[in-house]
Amino acid sequence: MTILEIVAFTLIKIVIILSLMLFTVSYLVYFERRVSAWIQNRLGPNRVGWQGILQPFADVFKLLLKEDIVPEKANKKLHAIAPIIALFVAFSTYAVIPFGPELQIFNYKIPLVVADVNIGILFVLALTSLGVYAITFAGWSSGSKYSLLGGIRSSAQMISYEISMGFSIGGVLLFAESLRPIAIVESQSGWMWNAIVQPIGFITFLVSAFAETNRLPFDLPEAEPELVGGFHTEYSSMKFAAFFLAEYANMIIAAGLIVTLYLGGWQIPYIDKLGLPSLVETLLQVGAFVFKLIAVLFFFLWIRWSLPRFRYDQLMNIGWKVMFPLSLLNIIWVAILIMIFN
Amino acid sequence: MSLELILSIVFGGICAVTALLVITRINPVISALFLVVNFASLAGLYLILNAQFIAIAQIIVYAGAIMVFFLFVIMLLNPESEKKFFSHKPYIKIFTVVIVAIVFVQIIYMIFLAQPSEELIKESAKSVNAGTIEQIGRELFTNYVLPFEAAGYLLLAATIGALVIAKKKFE
Amino acid sequence: MQIPIEYYLILSAFMFSVGVVGVLTRRNAIVVFMCVELMLNSANLTLITYSSYLGDTVGQLFVFFVMAVAAAEAAVGLAIIIAIFRNKLTINIDEINILKW
Repeated sequence: MTILEIVAFTLIKIVIILSLMLFTVSYLVYFERRVSAWIQNRLGPNRVGWQGILQPFADVFKLLLKEDIVPEKANKKLHAIAPIIALFVAFSTYAVIPFGPELQIFNYKIPLVVADVNIGILFVLALTSLGVYAITFAGWSSGSKYSLLGGIRSSAQMISYEISMGFSIGGVLLFAESLRPIAIVESQSGWMWNAIVQPIGFITFLVSAFAETNRLPFDLPEAEPELVGGFHTEYSSMKFAAFFLAEYANMIIAAGLIVTLYLGGWQIPYIDKLGLPSLVETLLQVGAFVFKLIAVLFFFLWIRWSLPRFRYDQLMNIGWKVMFPLSLLNIIWVAILIMIFN
Repeated sequence: MSLELILSIVFGGICAVTALLVITRINPVISALFLVVNFASLAGLYLILNAQFIAIAQIIVYAGAIMVFFLFVIMLLNPESEKKFFSHKPYIKIFTVVIVAIVFVQIIYMIFLAQPSEELIKESAKSVNAGTIEQIGRELFTNYVLPFEAAGYLLLAATIGALVIAKKKFE
Repeated sequence: MQIPIEYYLILSAFMFSVGVVGVLTRRNAIVVFMCVELMLNSANLTLITYSSYLGDTVGQLFVFFVMAVAAAEAAVGLAIIIAIFRNKLTINIDEINILKW
């Protein structure tokens, strides 16, 4: 492939991913509202369109038309920059998550990932660690004590859980012997899914992912009953929508990471034994990735309506005294496994 | 003009400008913000210099951990504005700037004066190989394993020390 | 076109000088700390530049160690600042002169 073709294919992939992300994020909100209604035995939004299917568009229009209020004591520039950082981090992380194997069309071999970087996992960690700035700046620049408390809580929470997240990924990297997401997926062929081989690491990563995306039971930065709305108390209109979108985009990324690192990515066990034509096989595998993604997202929503919120000291205790030692234990477990079977 | 040159000028320019902004802004939060931008553009320069692992580590360690910690402390203490003592004794400032400018000119002079024993020409294959995570890991766990362990002990000691110092009452 | 090595060295020297000016003129202890980080990073840039131009990994290893030391230094330093703030309710380094008689 020439440079020009590579650039063209990459641009096409970026456009597809970005538009799909925006579409999925808005429908994830709808999905969440319907699922929570179902869990709580309510009806949920069902008036706009058939079964409320057009509800996301109505929400977006409502948010666009609302007045944008900036508090008097706010630092205006930072107040505007914070949601941009949140959106930037949320959408650029997806560049390195592979959603399928190589696609073969007309003699072209297209890897189904926007950027096949050989330090992809570190790239994800770096960008998610930048995500904390959005919340911290939003909290500080609003000039309100609730926002500030939310911002401080989130910076402490996200730094603490990043550690156990990084150590749980360490176990995966030991198996894959590579930092390329594609190589990590390929190392989990058959039923050698990391979730099965190293269940402790899977659990610690899952819990850290919940904490990093500020989802219940760890949504202390925005804890409505105590902090009104936390870091986005003073945000309205499209700026609030940007935070909202970023939170749901982060959920999709967390789910994508969980699928890639622990649930075998796009792989369907033993599909190569069936002898399907390669295009059908590729499409089936992309479908498998999407299916796993939706399953993990459903799990996110399920947890939200099943568990109460933690107290702040409980959150810190779990992060430092339970999750961190467990993720270290997981690395030792993986090292022992490798020593025995190699 | 190659892409490499353009990118290095852009990142270098951002580095220089944000460094100046860090020391001239009165509000410490704004200073911290520009320092983060500075570190991010330094990571860009590291990528241009083929040091991919260090570039990512720069973002994770500096931008992701150390600067968040700084912001955390700034917000926690919420110190009084520096404005009221920012402008007194201007002669000290002028003196400082002059001294540092002289030192800077000296460094530049030395850089251009120095004759390297062999002409430094970047061999891109060698340079790319030096920055890969495999190469760094191999060196770190063979020739430099003792400093690596020492760094680990240093971090452990620093963690305990920070806890002891910052704790309100230590029993 | 090859970028001359002087470009990076001058940038590094400039950042170092700016950091020194910041340390000497600013009065907020946290900002002084940030300027120290700036100086550390300018040294890192020089190390990475030579490492890249010589094709030698050792420079990048040293940057790795500098990062570890910087993290330790930031943790202890900020803890000291918090302890001082608790006692004197200020972090203006002109007012923290109890050892200077």
